[in-house]
Amino acid sequence: MTVAVSILPTQQLAALNDAYRKAIARKRLRVALATLLFVAALIVAAIGAEVNLRTLFTYFGNFVSYFDRILKLDDGSRVWTNFGEWFWGWRKWLRFLGETLLISYVGTLIGSVFAFALNFFAAENTSPAPWLRFVVRRLLEFARTVPGIVFALIFVIAFGLGPMAGVLAIAIHSTGALGKLFAEIVENADMKPVEGVRSTGASWLSCMRFAVLPQVVAGYASYALLRFEINVREASVMGFVGAGGIGQELVVAIRKFYYSDVSAILVMIVLTVFCIDIATGWLRGRLFGREART
Amino acid sequence: MSQMPRSGADELRARYPDIFDRPASSRLAVPAMLCLAFGIFAFGLVDLDFSPARLATGLGQLGWITLMMLPPDPGASLPLYLKALGETLSIAILGTTLATLLALPVSLLAARNIVRSNIVRFPVRRFLDSIRGIDMLIWALVWINVVGLGPFAGVLAIAVSDFGALGKLFSEAIEAADQKQVEGVRASGGNALHEIRFGLLPEVLPVVAGQVLYFIESNTRSATIIGIVGAGGIGLQLAEQIRVLEWQKVSFLILMILIAVAAIDWISGKMRFAIIGRRAVA
Repeated sequence: MTVAVSILPTQQLAALNDAYRKAIARKRLRVALATLLFVAALIVAAIGAEVNLRTLFTYFGNFVSYFDRILKLDDGSRVWTNFGEWFWGWRKWLRFLGETLLISYVGTLIGSVFAFALNFFAAENTSPAPWLRFVVRRLLEFARTVPGIVFALIFVIAFGLGPMAGVLAIAIHSTGALGKLFAEIVENADMKPVEGVRSTGASWLSCMRFAVLPQVVAGYASYALLRFEINVREASVMGFVGAGGIGQELVVAIRKFYYSDVSAILVMIVLTVFCIDIATGWLRGRLFGREART
Repeated sequence: MSQMPRSGADELRARYPDIFDRPASSRLAVPAMLCLAFGIFAFGLVDLDFSPARLATGLGQLGWITLMMLPPDPGASLPLYLKALGETLSIAILGTTLATLLALPVSLLAARNIVRSNIVRFPVRRFLDSIRGIDMLIWALVWINVVGLGPFAGVLAIAVSDFGALGKLFSEAIEAADQKQVEGVRASGGNALHEIRFGLLPEVLPVVAGQVLYFIESNTRSATIIGIVGAGGIGLQLAEQIRVLEWQKVSFLILMILIAVAAIDWISGKMRFAIIGRRAVA
């Protein structure tokens, strides 16, 4: 190759090299410090969480063999050799699964109605008064941050054992989560229609109904469906604290070491969650086309 | 405004038949769906034993409980609760770190632009899907069976269940990465590992770091939950105090959780901005 490569004068080059090295060194130092800090935090955390690697290694075999055990029937044969025996309680479990779906459906619906009622007050561009927005936002934040299962624990005591506590817990949690998302959609809505409606002398309510709602309703439905998907998962564990659904059966099976029941119920839950995911995905695509999925 | 001439309206009707004479099926679709939705709702209320009387007594109880919660008061167990909160944070950080370490290599296997063959990618993706399909609380119960009650089971539960979620997110980040850098490395004679290390990793790392921070944030919440089934941390204390109806302590614990979550949110938000810049967070 005979292409001449132009090389800078040595002095200039030295200065540039120097600056480059310094910049690299500073960056390396920062990365090293961050790593050190992170590792220190990890060690502190490991001590705090009573992590014991010896326990892990001794018991890791247990973890693997746990899956071996839940895939065995009582007579020692593999579960898939005898489906009738594996899913012996399928009628009962299907009923509980149906209850789980109903819990999440009713909970999601109540939650979206409340979120719908509150979100116009929480959105920056439509809220009638700043203090109202502040109050509603804090309320939604509270409902969202306290985990659903904590609500369920409290509601089980207030409303008694049973699916009602689960429904209400899911409803409150969904109100918080959906209220925020709904308000964000409203904040992204075009305000020109609102000005148009207001210029005809319409009240705040009419502005919301005729100018904002048509823009946002597709987004609302899309988020509500997504929430339903999440709530099905959540409802499947509500039974752990006595709030109805399939979780009750599962926790009994796990605690009492009914191994093959555990795997049978897990398979049914996972399949249901898959089906719901696919169904809501299909419904969302059907209802709103591609543009609503951004 | 003057009325539109009759013939003009007729002409408009003729020109836009889909607006003026929508077929019955499309006009009835929305009301029918609403009716169906409401029907299922009503059936659900009946099937799940909702009754106005139960709702009223329950709400009365709830009001009473709320009154009992005021003012929040830890009693003499404040140090214990602080320790439990520390434990919860530890569970979240350790669990997420472990999940990240597990998920990074597996996510490479699940990314279309790294592993071309469907035979490897498909089972890996389904494997991640099934892990995600099982709730974290269930993993916690399983790990309690294996390593016994305590925070360690919580760490492992978070690690396993986030492994599924992070694996999917990472593989999506990798698939979204620009291929030009990788091609550049290949053009200069790098092998496959070089391509990943110098072409892909610098692109993917900020996204991954942002997601990991977000998961630490959300796992602080999850870590409080898995305590309820016995996997250590502040959730354990919370569940115990609810069971013995010590409402003042319950409200204090809930307040502690809210404050801790808000603090972690704030810190990790700052760190995320520092790592990936303000615009990418959106």
